[in-house]
Amino acid sequence: MKKIQVIIDSKKIDCLEGQTILKVAWKNKIKIPALCYHSDLKIKANCRMCLVEIKGKKGLYTSCSTRVEPDMEVTTESAKINRARKINLELIFAQHCEECDDCIWDFNCQLLKLADKYGVDKARFPNRKKGYPVYQFGPSLIFDSSKCIDCRNCVDVCHQQGVDFLKIKEKGHLFQVVPTKNEKKDCIYCGQCIVHCPVGAFEAVGEFEDVEKPLQDKNKVVVFQFAPAIRTSIGEEFDLPRGSIMTEQLVAGIKKLGVDKVFDTCVGADFTTTEEANEFAEKLEKGTTPCLTSCCPAWVKFVEFNYPEFIPNLATTRSPQVILGGLIKTYWAKKENIDPKKITVVSVMPCVAKKYEIKKEELEINGIKPVDYVLTTRELAYLFKKYKIDLAKISPQKIDDPLGIPSGAGVIYGASGGVMESALRTAYEKMTKTELSNVKFEQVRGAKGIKKAVIDINGKSVKIAVVNGIGNAKKILEELKENPKLYDGVEVMACFGGCIGGGGQPVPADKEIRQKRAEGLYKIDDKKEIRLAHKNPIVKKVYKDFLNSEEIIHSVCHTSYSPKKREVKI
Amino acid sequence: MTKDIIAKLKENELLGRGGAGFPAGLKWEMVKSAKAEKKYIICNCSEGEPEVFKDGFILENYPKDIVNGIKIALETIDNSSAYIYLRKDYFDKFKSKLEELIKGLPITLFKKTGGYLSGEETTIFAAIEGKRQEPRIKPPFPPQKGLFGYPTLINNAETFYHIAKIAKDEYKKTCFYSISGEVENKGVYELPKDWPIEKILKETKNFPKFGPSADEASFFVQAGGGVSGEILLPNELSQPVKWLRAIIVFNREKTDCFALMKKWVNFFLENNCDKCAPCREGVYRIAEILEKNKINKQLLNDIFFVLEETSFCALGRAVVVPFSSLIEKIL
Repeated sequence: MKKIQVIIDSKKIDCLEGQTILKVAWKNKIKIPALCYHSDLKIKANCRMCLVEIKGKKGLYTSCSTRVEPDMEVTTESAKINRARKINLELIFAQHCEECDDCIWDFNCQLLKLADKYGVDKARFPNRKKGYPVYQFGPSLIFDSSKCIDCRNCVDVCHQQGVDFLKIKEKGHLFQVVPTKNEKKDCIYCGQCIVHCPVGAFEAVGEFEDVEKPLQDKNKVVVFQFAPAIRTSIGEEFDLPRGSIMTEQLVAGIKKLGVDKVFDTCVGADFTTTEEANEFAEKLEKGTTPCLTSCCPAWVKFVEFNYPEFIPNLATTRSPQVILGGLIKTYWAKKENIDPKKITVVSVMPCVAKKYEIKKEELEINGIKPVDYVLTTRELAYLFKKYKIDLAKISPQKIDDPLGIPSGAGVIYGASGGVMESALRTAYEKMTKTELSNVKFEQVRGAKGIKKAVIDINGKSVKIAVVNGIGNAKKILEELKENPKLYDGVEVMACFGGCIGGGGQPVPADKEIRQKRAEGLYKIDDKKEIRLAHKNPIVKKVYKDFLNSEEIIHSVCHTSYSPKKREVKI
Repeated sequence: MTKDIIAKLKENELLGRGGAGFPAGLKWEMVKSAKAEKKYIICNCSEGEPEVFKDGFILENYPKDIVNGIKIALETIDNSSAYIYLRKDYFDKFKSKLEELIKGLPITLFKKTGGYLSGEETTIFAAIEGKRQEPRIKPPFPPQKGLFGYPTLINNAETFYHIAKIAKDEYKKTCFYSISGEVENKGVYELPKDWPIEKILKETKNFPKFGPSADEASFFVQAGGGVSGEILLPNELSQPVKWLRAIIVFNREKTDCFALMKKWVNFFLENNCDKCAPCREGVYRIAEILEKNKINKQLLNDIFFVLEETSFCALGRAVVVPFSSLIEKIL
C-alpha cells in the first residue's frame, strides 16, 4: 500500500492508502466513537456513530467504512456530527433495556460515556425492547435480547467461529437476534459473543449475581486456582497497562477474600503437558496420529457435536483446571488430612465454557467433582471491586505450596500455540532422551489463525498445526478427513488468540490487547528457570508419591468423550 | 452497431431510469473495462413503490425492446450473462412472454422475494445470491464488484428500453410517467423527459378541476415516487419530475394527511431492511409519533436529520422527503 498524507482534525497524519479513516484516526489517538465496529469482524457500518465530515464532500461519512485518500481533510467533531451522534444514540438507547448495575461493561460502558459526552436524553423514546426474551445457553451463557442494539457483531462472530448458533430472525417488520432452533447447530460456549457485544447483552451464567456463592460455604476449605491467562489480563480491570503481570497480586487479592489456599492452574497445565506429551509420543510411535489437543472445552464440544468421527483423535488428558482440581481433592487432601468432600475448589478462568466443563460427570473421582465453581476473570475482578480490593495497590503475596509453582511451559498455555509448544518441549526430551537446547518454538506462536510447522524429532518430521479461532479448525478437520497423515499434532483453541482472548476475559478485547496479554505470558516463561513441564519438581514429586499407578493416573488425569446431540434448549 | 453503443449512450446523455440517474454510458464503460473472467448484467424490474407502474407498462407493451437492450449489453460486455430481476406479479404475468423472447440467450429470469428495498442495486445482488436482502458498503461499486463479486452492469427496465431505441437511432429523449391519484386518465405516458409537471398533467388531461372554483389550494401533487415522492403545491408544478417519475394528484379537501402519512410510514416499516440504526429505529419512531395524530416537530426534525444525514443507503435518506414536505406545506 502506498504511503499518503491526510489531515484529521487539522493534524497532518502519514498513513497508508486504503486504510479506513477510523483505523488511521484511532492509531493517532483521535477518538471516534463506534459501536458496531470491531477489528476482528468485517465492517458493517450499521450503528452510524463513527460519522465524520470530509472537506469537499457533501454530508456525513462513516469512518469505519470510508477509506483515506491522498490529502483528504477529515473533521471528526462538529456541531452537525455531534447532533447526528446524539440523535442516533437516543434511538439506540430506546432499544437497549439497560441494567447498569449488573453489566460486564461496568465502568467501561461506551454507551454511557457517549451519552454523557453528547448530552443524550436516554429516555427520549419509550424503550421498544421491554419484555424481549432472555435466553440461557447451557451452564455457560446468558443472552438478554432486550439489551441488544441489533449491531449483529454476535451473529458475525458466531458465524466466523463456524458455529452459526446465533442468527437473525425477521419478526413482524423488525428483526431480532435469536439462537437457532436448528437441532444440527449448538452453542459451543466459546463466549466470543460476550466479548464482541458492545453493550453487554451477553454474559456468563451467574455473572455477577452469583459471584459470592463459592465463598459462602462456611464449613469448607476453599481453594482457589487461577488460569494462566488471568495473570496478564486482570490488570486491565484496574486500569493497569495491558499485559501487566499480576500473579502475586492475584494471590494477595484472593487471600483477602478469605480464601484458605491459592494454587496455580499452570501447575495443572504441567501435568496436562506431561500426560499429553506421552499420548502424543505414543500416537507418533504407533502411527495413529493425528493427535488433537483437548484442554479447550469449547473445541471438545465442537468435535463431539460437529465432528464425532475425530473423537478417537482427541487426547484423553484432562484440562489443567480439572487435573489440578482432582489433585487438590486427592493428593493434597490426603496430604493435609482433609475430607475431600469438605473442599471447595474454585477456578478462575478466562472462559465461560469452563463452567460447562466442570459439570461433566465423567470427570468425577469417586463421586466427587474436581472443581466446584468457575468464575470468569471479570467475575473475580467484580468480587475484588466489591470488597474494595485494589489490585493496583495491593502488596504481592507468594502463592501457596505445594501446587503453586509452575514451569514456564505451564504459563504459556494461555496463548495460542502454548499447549503445543509445551507438549513439544516435553515430547522432544522424552523421545530423544536428550536435553532441548532452545526451548522456544517460535513457529507456533502469534495471532495467525492457522500456524503450521514441521519439527524434527529423532529424525522424524513431525507435522504440526496450531489453530486459534475455531472457524479455522473446520479447515484443518476437512483437510484431515481427506488425508489423515497431513498433520501429526493439532492444537485448537476456540477463542481468538487462545485463552487470553477468552469469553471470560475483560472487555474490550481486540488483536492488539490480546497480543499484549500474550507477551506478558511469554515474559514470565522467559524468566523461569524451569521451562519444561516434566522437569517441574512438584510434577516429579506427585508422580513419585501419588500418580504411581495406571489406575490413579487414569482417574485423575484422563477422561473420555462421546458424540453429542444438541444440549441447549430454547 | 454495437461497436459504438457506449459512445451513443454518452452522446444521447442517457441517464439511468431507476431513480439515481447515473450516466448510462459511463456505467457501461466501467463494466466493459473492468478486468474479470466473467461479468453480469441485471435488468431491474423490481418496481417496489406503490403508484409507480411504468416498468410494468413497458414489460407489457415493449418487452422486445427491453430484451433487445439486454442483448446489446451481452454483446458489448465480454463473457457476460444476464438476469431479469422481476417483481413477483411481473414475473408471474410476463414469464412466458419473456421466456419466448430470451430463448437461446444467456438470460435468467429471477423472481423477486423482498419488498421495496430490494430495488436497491446491491440488495438485488444479495437477493440473487440467496442472502439477507440488505445493501452493501460501497465502494466497491457494482461495476467493480457486483453480483457474486464480479463486475456487474445493473440498469432499470426503462433504461434498457431506451438503449434499444438509441441503438436504432430512434431515441426521442422521452421517458415514462406513472400518473395516478384523483385523476381522470390514470396511466403511463411516454413524453419528453424534461416537461414540467403542469404540462404533463394538462397534456394527459389529468389536471385537476375539483373544488368550488379552480382554487390554487384545492389540490396537491406527490412527485417522484409513490411514497418517497415530494409533495408539491399547484404553484410548484413548473419543474420536471425527478426520480421514479410518478405523479400522484390529491384532492386537498378529501385527503386525511395523517392517514396518508401512516400509509407511507407503514410502507417504510414493512419494506426497509433494518440494517442501520437511523432507518430501523427512526422509521419505527415516526410511526409511533404518527399514531398519536399529533406532530412533535422537534422530535420529527431530529429523526429526519439522522435519516437524511446518516442512513446507510439512498432509500433510508429518501424516507424524509414526503413527510417533511407534507408537514411543511399542507399541515
